[in-house]
Amino acid sequence: MSTAPALTRYADLPALIGLMTGDEKHRIAAESTREVLWVLYDRVLNVSPETAEDPDRDRFLLSKGHGPMTYYAVLAAKGFLDVATLRRWAAFDSPLGHHPDRTLVPGVEISSGSLGHGLGLGVGTALGLRAQGRHRPRVVVLLGDGELDEGSNHEAIAAAGRLGLDRLTAVVVDNGSATHGWPGGIGERFAREGWTARTVSGRDQDALYDALTAPHGNRRPLAVVARVRPKG
Amino acid sequence: MTIAAPAPQHTAQNADQHVTPQPMRDVFAETVSAALDTDPRVAVVLADISADRFARAAQRHPDRVVNLGIREQLLIGAAGGLALTGMRPVAHTFAPFLVERPFEQVKLDLGHQGASAVLVSTGASYDGSYYGRTHMAPGDVALLDTLPDWTVHVPGHAAEVERLLRDALAGEGNVYVRLTERGNAAARPVGAGLVTVRAGSRRSAGVVVAVGPMLDRVLAATEDLDVTVAYTATVRPFDREGLNQLVAQAGHADVLMVEPYLAGTSAHEVAAALGDRRHRQGSLGVRRDVEVRGYGTPADHDRAHGLDTEGIAKAARDFFLV
Repeated sequence: MSTAPALTRYADLPALIGLMTGDEKHRIAAESTREVLWVLYDRVLNVSPETAEDPDRDRFLLSKGHGPMTYYAVLAAKGFLDVATLRRWAAFDSPLGHHPDRTLVPGVEISSGSLGHGLGLGVGTALGLRAQGRHRPRVVVLLGDGELDEGSNHEAIAAAGRLGLDRLTAVVVDNGSATHGWPGGIGERFAREGWTARTVSGRDQDALYDALTAPHGNRRPLAVVARVRPKG
Repeated sequence: MTIAAPAPQHTAQNADQHVTPQPMRDVFAETVSAALDTDPRVAVVLADISADRFARAAQRHPDRVVNLGIREQLLIGAAGGLALTGMRPVAHTFAPFLVERPFEQVKLDLGHQGASAVLVSTGASYDGSYYGRTHMAPGDVALLDTLPDWTVHVPGHAAEVERLLRDALAGEGNVYVRLTERGNAAARPVGAGLVTVRAGSRRSAGVVVAVGPMLDRVLAATEDLDVTVAYTATVRPFDREGLNQLVAQAGHADVLMVEPYLAGTSAHEVAAALGDRRHRQGSLGVRRDVEVRGYGTPADHDRAHGLDTEGIAKAARDFFLV
């Protein structure tokens, strides 16, 4: 059976997502991350199926684990996953569920679903790489603005700034879903704690690329707030 | 519901009978500091507690001894992340803040990730009795027991800590080491399941299992009874086979577990160990039926829970029907 080598482009993501089925709420969450995930895997992250176990690879940690369809689609487009795997999404013995499991899916760095765990794991990953003298790999954690309600994130945001984890990047996809909002903006929460914070359109691939790759200062972690239209 | 205040004890000797002070926290810091010098996999994450004890190690290994401040969710999350890069992280603070407060991180950032760490707590059930309930963690082992594949050590002597920790640091898997400042006069063999400390006769009343710091009290409390007293500093995995063999050699298949945390924490293990025979079991430990809302000394709490020598002796006579 063909592994559909043609399905490797951004334009193929809807077709890949179409191989899976899911409830509408998760579909919305998945959609909000589409450009961010594509830019990361297509242009930013130094990781491929061949280097998925390389200790010097870049790490992508999907903290906001709900709505992983776009994530699975991108992994399939980039060759981490067999496209045929997508068809059995959420079956009992499928590796792909409504929340990703790193022990089941090649290329998935963390198992997530419960909100507020990815950034702490990212801090530890950045500390571990630093302790091993691996100063090149990036650790990129994707969160949602609603997820920032979880207090565990704020332990990690403060500590990462103080510890100068400049290889750590948080991408916050802001679709205005936090019940009580973030007056003054999400970027401010990070900037106060010693991060470089940039806010861009989450639909503008070039702006996302620039925000993710422009130099951001020595010993400062990077926060990129990717704003998309509020769900509703 | 309130419980009666324990009978007042006015001499230090009476207040802490069959309890020997243990510098376990010092041994922990020395053992891990030495491992940092020799094993590049080892890293330590702290949440202020005991940071002074690691100050020199932190100077030598600034990237591998990281004090995160008072951030216990991050303490475990960071340990999980370190493990994902191939490190062997050690996370440490008081027991309630290591196991209970960040329990979801313990469950998800370690086990569920397929990552593992060495968690080392101090304070035990009520070493810090004068701090009150907030610093007591009699439920830590029971809580960890809801997760698969944890090794749980409850050493009764500082010298046992060194051996258990060295193996844990060199090994794999999730390990919990529960330190206490109150233990036994002598170290016992550790790492090989139940150890017989005093053997009963062929007609004995049964077997008493003393976990970690309970041993010296159990020995004193049962000295007039014909029972086998076995010791272990490792409760998970539980030595089911060893207990089964000890019971097979005893006069009665009656087992009394004496644990320094919630009573009955290992009752399901005893039941599984003796599933092939009719048996009785009793469980001594920190009482579950009431919150002991008191300060005072740890010895006061031992008496309130029936875990002093006198309380264990009475419970043992009742259980063994003598």
